[in-house]
Amino acid sequence: MSAENASNSQHYIAVQQADFDVAHEYAELRKDNRSDGAVVFFTGLVREMNQGSQVSGLTLEHYPGMTEKALQQIVADACSRWPVNRVRLIHRVGTLAISDQIVFVGVSSSHREAAFDACYYIMDYLKNRAPFWKKEVTSDGERWVEALDKDKQALGKWQ
Amino acid sequence: MNILFFAALREQLGCAQCDIALPLPASLATVRAALIQHFPQQADLFVQGRALAAINQTLINDENTPVNSGDEVAFFPPVTGG
Repeated sequence: MSAENASNSQHYIAVQQADFDVAHEYAELRKDNRSDGAVVFFTGLVREMNQGSQVSGLTLEHYPGMTEKALQQIVADACSRWPVNRVRLIHRVGTLAISDQIVFVGVSSSHREAAFDACYYIMDYLKNRAPFWKKEVTSDGERWVEALDKDKQALGKWQ
Repeated sequence: MNILFFAALREQLGCAQCDIALPLPASLATVRAALIQHFPQQADLFVQGRALAAINQTLINDENTPVNSGDEVAFFPPVTGG
């Protein structure tokens, strides 16, 4: 699966099978960047316990085309809300093992408040609006992960 | 019209897409009702809230949104990425 770039040159959005390197992403947020005093990033990992079961791995499915569009919209919304200069957003798909990296959201801004808020906002909306689905392998077999009310309720803080 | 399915919904229906006969334009609610008729055994899968809908790759919350001829329409479970 090929990486796809956002149209805005200041932002990078990719949906890919390949792993990502946080050091590289952080370097890209800092490279030739004289205006930003804050970088905030989040990484999401596969954990071994979920919804009461031992998980040995998972597969991430997505809706090619819509996924990229949804992520671009979420980043655009965050950028219209906060003075954010660069966003790097990478989400993996395919088969992943325990402790593998799933998602990276990195944001740079002049000041920390905007960077923290925009990063948090992007993750909250990604959880609710981006068409990804996790199927876990557990000791009882495979199962689709259920969406959680708490993820939906998390959007309340941005209304 | 052609409708796409993803993830658990695709597996439960046993198909990644289906063709249903429906005069267009029609509201999203009408398309949802037509799917329930088309899959009577799995009607509960299409209940609003259980199956989200996208028109032209944009998530739609308003069931009155029109679906036009040539639109790409998809139904899928609530998302679980991140």
